[in-house]
Amino acid sequence: MMEILNHILTPEFGYSVIRVSTPIVFGTMGAMISSRAGVFNIAIEGIMLLSALLGVLFSAVMPVWIALFLTLVVAGFVGFLLGFLSIKLKSDIFLTGIAFNMIAVGGTIFLLYLASGQKGVSTSINSKVLPRVEIPLLDKIPWIGEPLAGILSNHNILTYLSIVAVIVLYYLVYKTALGLRIRSVGENPDAAESVGINVRKTQYIALIISGVLCGFGGAFMSMGYLSWFSNNMVAGRGFIAMAANGMGGATPVGGFLVALFFGFADAMTNSLQLVTSIKIPVQLIQMLPYLATVIGLVLYNINKRRKAMRIKLMLEDKNK
Amino acid sequence: MNKNAKFEILRTSMAIFIAIGISLVLIILVSDAPLVALRDLFFGPLTSLRRFGNVIELTIPLIITGLAVSLIFSSGQINLSTEGAFFFGGIVAMMVALAIPMPSYIHFFAAMILAGITGAIVVTIPAYLKEKTGSSEIVSSLMLNYILFFLGSYILYYYFKDPEAGINASYLFPDTFRLSVLVPGTKIHTGLFLSLISVFLGYIFLFKTSTGYKIRMVGANKMFSKYTGMKVFKITLLSQIVGGFIAGVGGAIQLAGMYKRFNWVALPGYGWDGIIVSTLAKGNPLYVPFAAFFIAYIRTGAAIMSRGESGVPPELKAITQGVIIILIVAQQFLAKYKNKMIYKESKLEIEKAGGDQ
Repeated sequence: MMEILNHILTPEFGYSVIRVSTPIVFGTMGAMISSRAGVFNIAIEGIMLLSALLGVLFSAVMPVWIALFLTLVVAGFVGFLLGFLSIKLKSDIFLTGIAFNMIAVGGTIFLLYLASGQKGVSTSINSKVLPRVEIPLLDKIPWIGEPLAGILSNHNILTYLSIVAVIVLYYLVYKTALGLRIRSVGENPDAAESVGINVRKTQYIALIISGVLCGFGGAFMSMGYLSWFSNNMVAGRGFIAMAANGMGGATPVGGFLVALFFGFADAMTNSLQLVTSIKIPVQLIQMLPYLATVIGLVLYNINKRRKAMRIKLMLEDKNK
Repeated sequence: MNKNAKFEILRTSMAIFIAIGISLVLIILVSDAPLVALRDLFFGPLTSLRRFGNVIELTIPLIITGLAVSLIFSSGQINLSTEGAFFFGGIVAMMVALAIPMPSYIHFFAAMILAGITGAIVVTIPAYLKEKTGSSEIVSSLMLNYILFFLGSYILYYYFKDPEAGINASYLFPDTFRLSVLVPGTKIHTGLFLSLISVFLGYIFLFKTSTGYKIRMVGANKMFSKYTGMKVFKITLLSQIVGGFIAGVGGAIQLAGMYKRFNWVALPGYGWDGIIVSTLAKGNPLYVPFAAFFIAYIRTGAAIMSRGESGVPPELKAITQGVIIILIVAQQFLAKYKNKMIYKESKLEIEKAGGDQ
């Protein structure tokens, strides 16, 4: 037990929690904005995977920032395409999203093979990574400065951007006209339509934003978290993000906190494998983040139901 | 045949046609020898008994998971745990095969039933959580797949791994567990009959019994079913149990028919394939074998193509299948044509009626 604590109570552990949370945070924000508009983006996983590959392919032939920009453009376009199919062509958005994910898994291998002749990893492609950023003066704070800098400083720039994204989305959803439109479309599209909101356009915008956010998450995977692309490297993070959004009550800050919790479980998985004094089978450790997701999801929903019941009972009491 | 069914057939064929068209374009763009690639893709599976055998061998699990997904989705649940149920059904079948010696036939039968029960339990969990707590069945079933995979791997590596196998695999299955080969020279096994019987029973269950009718009713309109006094939750669970049972059985059949040891080091993916098959079959068990055969055929063709000198990776099939699903579920795809067709029909009928007067 002590050994586990020794692993966890280090700045390195805190650093890795933030690092592994980054793609989940982006994915969660992508899930949040789309679900708020009533169009569930199930293709988060696929868009992240595609973006991870595109980041590698683009950055091999052009400056890294332009590569990131193009990746985001494509990711946004995939979001738009999902909207086109579900809103315009009236497809079942769940099945379409599942199909997108399938195409992404096979399609990225296909594209990678075409580009490099490799099928598993993109190590032969000379791709670039996005820079890390050091927070100045943080380690100068007395006492807590050094561990704090160890946890917070020297992250990939996209990690900081993920936190900026949470703040921007909070502002967007709650403080802007567009956010109000998105929320009302998601709550009740007919009512929104009746007051003159263009429901389709709002849903398109939400899905495009969602796609771009997933694009950031995917780009982080191959241009920050790792410096290459490998098959199916997103490994369920997109789905975990959907769960995080559900548990976070489809709010930016709630989703962010849950995403951090999943990041914690993920980092735990990595640390526990290093602990030698207790022999926990590695498969059972790998199971933890997913188990935590299900349990968290269920607890959150039970709590939500209880609250709803309480409010209902209160109203009934009042009516008497 | 009514106009609607006719139109659906036309639409499905158009979807397949367009998807194949896209694949053709990709092949021509990619390959140095596109003609060879096309020949391998479309006629490769017919060139030898062994290759055609591969198609049928692949059709068997696809029929089973396609049927399972059709049943699970029929009550309106987007429950994606077929994958986990198939895998874990295989794990349970392996445990029975290796841990409990039994006489022939009975051994496989016992393993199959236990695998089925496991599958039924697994698939019921997300639907149960959805009803009782309101948690999205999509998310919980996806997470469940990962949990089952790691749990299954743990059971495999810690209790049934054969250290002499050289790979991560279980001990050899006893002969009492294995299904016999049906066609010499291929690996087509008696599981083919089992899968076709399941399809038949699944069709009877879903379309010829009152329970099946209720399940489809709940799937079509949950609120309406509730107001007519149906026990929606019970009916939904029933469809999950039956579908999950079939998925679990599928894992057992696949192991007993195709493998000497358990060696799945990743989720085998048949559960996802089941979604493709079921979508293509419009959720009707009777069409499932045809859809499964079609998917198995293009997959085998794609594998043969990638082994040849054409240099087209087999992952092309993922793009083809994805496009097919997208087009089939797009309700407005060809809707203009449908409207035109209906308009023409009614105009003709009106004219006819006018002529009679």
